Amino acid sequence: MLALAALAAAPLGCTRRSHAANVVRFWAVGREGEYAVDLLQDFLRERPDIEVEVQKLPWTAAHEKLLTAYAGGTLPDLCSLGNTWIPEFTALNALTPLDQLAGASREIALDDYFAGILDSNRVEGPLFGIPWYIDTNVMYYRRDLLQQAGFSAPPTTWDEWTQILGAIKTLVGADRYSILLPLNEFWPLVTLSLQQPSDLLRDNGRYGDFRNADFRRTLEFYASMFRRDWAPKMTNTQVSNVWDEFGRGMFSFYISGPWNIAEFKKRMPRELQDAWMTAPMPGPHGPGTSSAGGASLVIFSHSQSKPATWAVMEYLSRPAVQERFYQLTGNMPPRRSTWQSSALVESPYAKAFLTQLDRVRSPPKVPEWERIAQEMRLAAERVVQGVSTVDEACVALDRKTDEILEKRRWMMDRDRHT
Amino acid sequence: MRPQRAAWWFVTPALIVIGVFFFLPVLAALAMSLTDFDLYALNDFGDLRWIGFENYSRLLREPLFWKALGNTLYFVALGVPLSIGVSLGAALLVNSKVAKLRGLFRTVYFAPVVTTLVAVAVVWRYIFHTRYGFLNYSLASIGLDPVDWMGDPRWAMPAIVVLAVWKNFGYNMIILLAALQNIPEDLYEAARIDGASGWQQFRHVTLPGIGPVLLLVSILTMTGYFQLFAEPYVMTEGGPLQATYSVLYFMFDEGFKWWSLGRASAVAFLLFVLMFLVTLVQLRLGRERSGA
Repeated sequence: MLALAALAAAPLGCTRRSHAANVVRFWAVGREGEYAVDLLQDFLRERPDIEVEVQKLPWTAAHEKLLTAYAGGTLPDLCSLGNTWIPEFTALNALTPLDQLAGASREIALDDYFAGILDSNRVEGPLFGIPWYIDTNVMYYRRDLLQQAGFSAPPTTWDEWTQILGAIKTLVGADRYSILLPLNEFWPLVTLSLQQPSDLLRDNGRYGDFRNADFRRTLEFYASMFRRDWAPKMTNTQVSNVWDEFGRGMFSFYISGPWNIAEFKKRMPRELQDAWMTAPMPGPHGPGTSSAGGASLVIFSHSQSKPATWAVMEYLSRPAVQERFYQLTGNMPPRRSTWQSSALVESPYAKAFLTQLDRVRSPPKVPEWERIAQEMRLAAERVVQGVSTVDEACVALDRKTDEILEKRRWMMDRDRHT
Repeated sequence: MRPQRAAWWFVTPALIVIGVFFFLPVLAALAMSLTDFDLYALNDFGDLRWIGFENYSRLLREPLFWKALGNTLYFVALGVPLSIGVSLGAALLVNSKVAKLRGLFRTVYFAPVVTTLVAVAVVWRYIFHTRYGFLNYSLASIGLDPVDWMGDPRWAMPAIVVLAVWKNFGYNMIILLAALQNIPEDLYEAARIDGASGWQQFRHVTLPGIGPVLLLVSILTMTGYFQLFAEPYVMTEGGPLQATYSVLYFMFDEGFKWWSLGRASAVAFLLFVLMFLVTLVQLRLGRERSGA
């Protein structure tokens, strides 16, 4: 029976196609894929000996597709991977460590990268990805509504934030709100949790640490925004059109990443174009931390054209190329030297991100992370809907997390004994 | 003996195809459901553990699984009778001789079946919208309070049922229509001569006439509705508070989102057993009725 299961699921190594060492297969995930071909034109002129095959992949299908390709042995050479997926693919031994390549490189200077973003690419030491663009969360807020409520600047601490949220609710009345925290998204809660010193998991990622007072405070703060009716108990799909509603003043704060700048510019009515702004996250006691999100370029370990692939990565990491990438897509660069470019210096919306990038932190780097984040969201939803108390939710969350991490513990124990 | 052997030769290709593409995968899935096959095992078979019925017993202790099962049963119990009722009603209407433009209505009622669910979901999301939705607008015009269709755990499933029934009733309507048209006209004539009312004609001529087809339709609809997935996937993502989370959604998450294929296979087999039992009951009921 076990052999049969093996038969059904074994990675079919023998079917792996061999590729010439000068062909780089590049899976570009998301909208960025549409621009990757443009971006690579100059590279192909520079290095006529290298061929690049670009394949576009939507974010929603990328994870399944990559795992299936892993099982089938058809992973490409180069890929833009969400950096929270790196621990998972490291556990599969699917990624090439890049420290040596980066150390010897004349194009890629690791100390030019934002430390928090670069660190999200390290798993227990080695570096597995070179950041391509960043996706950290900041606050989008309605400047005009804040002013009407009597505040001239965005908050920097939770206390200030609380005051502003309360004042806005009083201003806008019963059927409008101060902030939108979509109940189907875990990022707002995760971002707030990362602002506390606790690590969310304990003993090297063996158990959940959600009964910790730090997390309880975060969950309490998060839930209080719903209890006081400052945030609607809604998901993104229920709101239907987040940008329209932001324009209508249904809420004044929204936590999101850099890609939304272009969306808000495009979708907000013209008379409100000056009414919104971005600001770094407020923290429990001062300017707060945010999540070190983004996409990184990785080389899969079975690649037969690693030198050529690395050449493509070096090219894509050049400040001049990253600047063009920013102009094409609005994706923000992970290198400090690129941030000195005029387009970024002049954008008022980018400033908050530059400030935030000095204060970013990765969520726990375990392959099971995304599942745990999903459980955090469900636990928070139960508190928000009044089904359980904060304490009950934290206990249940710890139990669930410990169950999810059972296999990891078993493997760690076994490896220690042998 | 010889003709028999020849027969075997003829069916062998088909048997091989069925064996390779059906029985072997099912057996492999059964084997897999007895292991903890996951991401780690995908990397290295040394990380695969043979855990016997652990997946099954853990599932039976998992509150979320029971919640998903409860939701699915609720959906089936509410949706199947409603769906068949609406289909039958629509079939009777478009079959009625007094109705005009029957061809047009037949097409219109069938249209939702062939539209793409994802596109339809966008429209329905607006219909169910708490503030701007047509449904709440209609409720308000008869003086009822607005309902938070997609956000209230009590109303989300009924909303999904409405969507599913609207999406699917046309298909059964066509099958039932064919059955209705097969009932000989002289039976109705005889009933009318005997002085049977409209209801009596329906009860004693129409229903027995379409009985076997109705049984078939109810089994098909039931198996279809047990596999509730796409509607909550595009409308609510299983929420709010997992009120629209179904067994198949649970299986999808376990298998393709978290890659615990062992547990996902166990879910599949539990769902199979459940559907098998319910179908048996339905067949038994159908046989008793036709026997009586």
